[in-house]
Amino acid sequence: MSIAVRNLTKLYNGTPAVNDISFDVKTGEILGFLGPNGAGKTTTMKVITCYMPPTSGVVEVDGLSIFDHSLEVRRKIGYLPEMNPLYLDMNVLDYLLYSAELHQIRGAAAQQRIKEMVHVCGLEEVRHKDIGELSKGYRQRVGLAQAMIHDPEVLILDEPTSGLDPNQIVEIRNLIKHLGRAKTVVLSTHILSEVQATCDRVIIINEGKIVADGSPEHLQRQFHSADIVTLELKTGAKDPILDIAPRLRVLAYVNTVTLLGHEGPVSRFELHADKGQDVREAAFRLAVSEGWVVLELRRNITSLEEVFHKLTMA
Amino acid sequence: MIQLSNVLAIFRRELRSYFNSPVAYVVIVVFLAIIGWFFTSNLFLMNIASLRVVFELVPLVFLFFVPAITMRLLAEETKSGTLELLTTKPVRDIEIVTGKFLAAWALLAAALAPTLFYLLTMLFLGSVDIGPVLSGYLGLLLMGGVYIGIGLFASSVTENQIIAFILSFLIILALFLMDKVLMYVPEGLASTMEFLGMDYHFSNIARGVIDSRNVVYFLSLLSFSLFATTVSLERRKW
Repeated sequence: MSIAVRNLTKLYNGTPAVNDISFDVKTGEILGFLGPNGAGKTTTMKVITCYMPPTSGVVEVDGLSIFDHSLEVRRKIGYLPEMNPLYLDMNVLDYLLYSAELHQIRGAAAQQRIKEMVHVCGLEEVRHKDIGELSKGYRQRVGLAQAMIHDPEVLILDEPTSGLDPNQIVEIRNLIKHLGRAKTVVLSTHILSEVQATCDRVIIINEGKIVADGSPEHLQRQFHSADIVTLELKTGAKDPILDIAPRLRVLAYVNTVTLLGHEGPVSRFELHADKGQDVREAAFRLAVSEGWVVLELRRNITSLEEVFHKLTMA
Repeated sequence: MIQLSNVLAIFRRELRSYFNSPVAYVVIVVFLAIIGWFFTSNLFLMNIASLRVVFELVPLVFLFFVPAITMRLLAEETKSGTLELLTTKPVRDIEIVTGKFLAAWALLAAALAPTLFYLLTMLFLGSVDIGPVLSGYLGLLLMGGVYIGIGLFASSVTENQIIAFILSFLIILALFLMDKVLMYVPEGLASTMEFLGMDYHFSNIARGVIDSRNVVYFLSLLSFSLFATTVSLERRKW
C-alpha cells in the first residue's frame, strides 16, 4: 500500500504550513517524519488522513485520490492523532467496539479483532476500566489499538511516544516495530533516537519544506562535513602542542589538529581530516613508530542529531 | 446516502454517554419535577384534570432543557480532539450529525414518556378526548426535534459548551417569540413572522389539528438545521 504526495501545499490564513512538498512512501516502509515543532508534520498527516484538504497538490493512497475516494482512503488508514484524543468516559472494550463499528466491523468479527488488539497491545489488565482512569502509557496503547482495529494497511502515527516515560517509549516503539512489519507506517516525531530506532527512512521537514530524505545512515553519511578522529596518547612529551601536534598534522589528509586536554603524560587530540578519509591507521602507525601509547583512537560518526541541527537551524 | 449502521453506532455511544453521566438523570428529574408540580397543583388545588398545562409549559421548559443536552454533543468532541478521530474514520459527516441528533431526541422522548402517567391518571378519573393528546405529543416531539437541531448546530460552531448553550437558547427563543411580538412589527411583516413562529404551528397541532403545513414547517426547519450542522462540520475543510 503506497502513499504518493505530490506538490502538497497547505496555507493557514495565507501562511504556508506545508510548502510544495512531494514524496512517496513504499509498501512496507516505516517512514519517520522529523522536524521541529510547527514544521508541518502534523499538517501533512491531517491531509493524508482526509481530515482536511490541501490548498493545492494531490495525495494518493494506493492509487486512490483523497478527494475522489475519501471514504475508501479512510478505510485503509489507521490514524493516531497528535495528543491521542480519547473518550475518557468509555471503558476500553466499549471504545474498541465503537471504533470497530465505525469501520463497519460487527458481531463476531469485531469481537475477534478486539480480542486480538487487546492481546497485541497488552491491554488485558485494563480492558474493563474507563479510559479516563488509565495512565498515559496505557492510553497510548488504546490509541494504537483503535488505529489498528480494522487491520489497516497504512498506519499514520502523529508523535506516538510524546509524553511517555523512557520505559513506555521503548515499549511503544517495539510495538510499532512489531506491528509495522506488514504495514506501511508513517510516524512523526521530534525525537531523533526514535527515528534511528524504528525507521527505515527519514524525511526531515523544516518550515514546510523537505530538507532531507533518506535512510538514517545515508543522512549521516551525506551530511557529515569532515571525518573527525579522537586520539588519546600517553607520551613523555612536556609540551604536546609543540612536540606532538605538528607530527600529527603532517599525516596525509589531516587538516587541523586540536588539543582537547592535557594531564600529566596523557594528551587528547582531535584530528579533522578530509571528508571520507579514515586517518586512524596512519595515526596508529605514527604512534607505534614514536613509541607512544595509544589509550583511545575513535572515529566520530556525525549523529542524526547534528544532521538535524544543521538542517533546521541554518 | 447514509449508512444506517454508522448512524446507529454513533447513536448508541451518545445515548450511553448521556446515561453514564449524571446529565440525563438530572435533566429528566428537573423536567419531571417542574411539569409534575404544575399538573398536580392544577389537579388538586383547582380540580382541573387537564394535560393542557403540559402542552403549554413543556415548550418553555424545553427552551432550557434542550440546549443543556445538546451543548456538548459536538463542542466537546471539537475541544478534546476526538472529532478529528471520528471524521477520519470511514464515516460521513451527515451520519455523525444524524446519530447525535437521534440520541438527543431519544433522551428528550425518554424525559417526556413518564408524563404519560398523567394521561393514565386522567383516563382513570373520567373520559378524555384522546385525539388532541396524541397530536399534542406529536407536536412536542416535532418541536423538540427542531430545538435539538438548533442546539446541535450551535454546538458545532464553537468548542465552548457555554457559548453553545447561550447561542442555541437565543436562536430557539427568537423562533419561539416570533409570533408573540406581532403587535410591535410593521403590518406587512406580521403574517410572515407569524408563520415563522414556532408556537403558532405548535398550538395548531396541540389543539388536535394535524395540518400538513405545520408538520412540513417543523420538518423543514429540522432538515435545515441538520444540513447547516453538517456544513458547519465541513468548515474544517475550507
